[in-house]
Amino acid sequence: MAVMNVNPTRMELTNLKRKLVTARRGHKLLKDKRDELMRRFLDMVRENKALRKEVEEGVKKANVAMSVARCVMSDKALDVALMLPTQEMHLDVTEKNVMSVMIPEFDVKFRTANEHDIYSYGFANTSGDLDTAVKALSDIMPKMIRLAEIEKSCRLMADEIEKTRRRVNALEHVMIPQYEETIKYITMKLDENERSTTTRLMKVKDMMLAKAHNY
Amino acid sequence: MYKIAAVGDKDSIYGFASLGITIFPVDDSAEAAKLIRKLAESEYGVIYITEQLASRISAETERYASMPLPAIIPVPGVRGNTGIGLENVSKFVEKAVGSDIIS
Repeated sequence: MAVMNVNPTRMELTNLKRKLVTARRGHKLLKDKRDELMRRFLDMVRENKALRKEVEEGVKKANVAMSVARCVMSDKALDVALMLPTQEMHLDVTEKNVMSVMIPEFDVKFRTANEHDIYSYGFANTSGDLDTAVKALSDIMPKMIRLAEIEKSCRLMADEIEKTRRRVNALEHVMIPQYEETIKYITMKLDENERSTTTRLMKVKDMMLAKAHNY
Repeated sequence: MYKIAAVGDKDSIYGFASLGITIFPVDDSAEAAKLIRKLAESEYGVIYITEQLASRISAETERYASMPLPAIIPVPGVRGNTGIGLENVSKFVEKAVGSDIIS
């Protein structure tokens, strides 16, 4: 690993030592963050996968019934049946902070006269398959909302984990070794200087003695 | 207060209207991209989009991937399941862990 381009002085050495301590502490903290994020992410992604399978199954069921309904009923009749929904859906979004990742939480509010009245049409002019389709969708709806929440969270957390992992690796494999090498280099250089000063002094002393006593 | 939207071909998303989700029938991908942008800037928190359409305008949906809102969620359309949904989940894992460990 390359030694940094610095002057081998005592001041640099102190600075570098301080930087090394900071880097080590940052590395430890980031590693903890990564591990905790990963633990939560894996739980979440498992749920995400299961939910997605369920939702896809449910939507498929609804789509099958819907296709049949479209064949049986005229376009116009279908338009009329679905044009005015009995319920209105609103979303309350709160943000939750998980290890400094802001993940959304969705809370659905229905504005409806009767919670069980999901059919926005009279039964006289519509096909029974339409009822099946609407019922299937209505059943899967809470899961779809949860899916939206969890899939978004997974995406955001995956981004953050990637970023944190890169930082941890950069500190572990680049910054910290570099600081260590440089500190070693400066220490060696300073020691060497000290030794050379001692030898020089000894030599000077010898020369002075020789001159004074005429050995 | 946020609202929920469904975008895709008419047949696939029609049923959502009965639940109180606002539907936006669209077939053309350029138009869909414009629509997604418009919805994301207004008060839509969740946008369900058919998988067929999502695969065609992935550049547009990717723009909103790193923001907390809106959540753009692909759902299977009437023409069947293309599997992008589950593929996306695998991609998250790959991104976070390095390899897809829960497939």
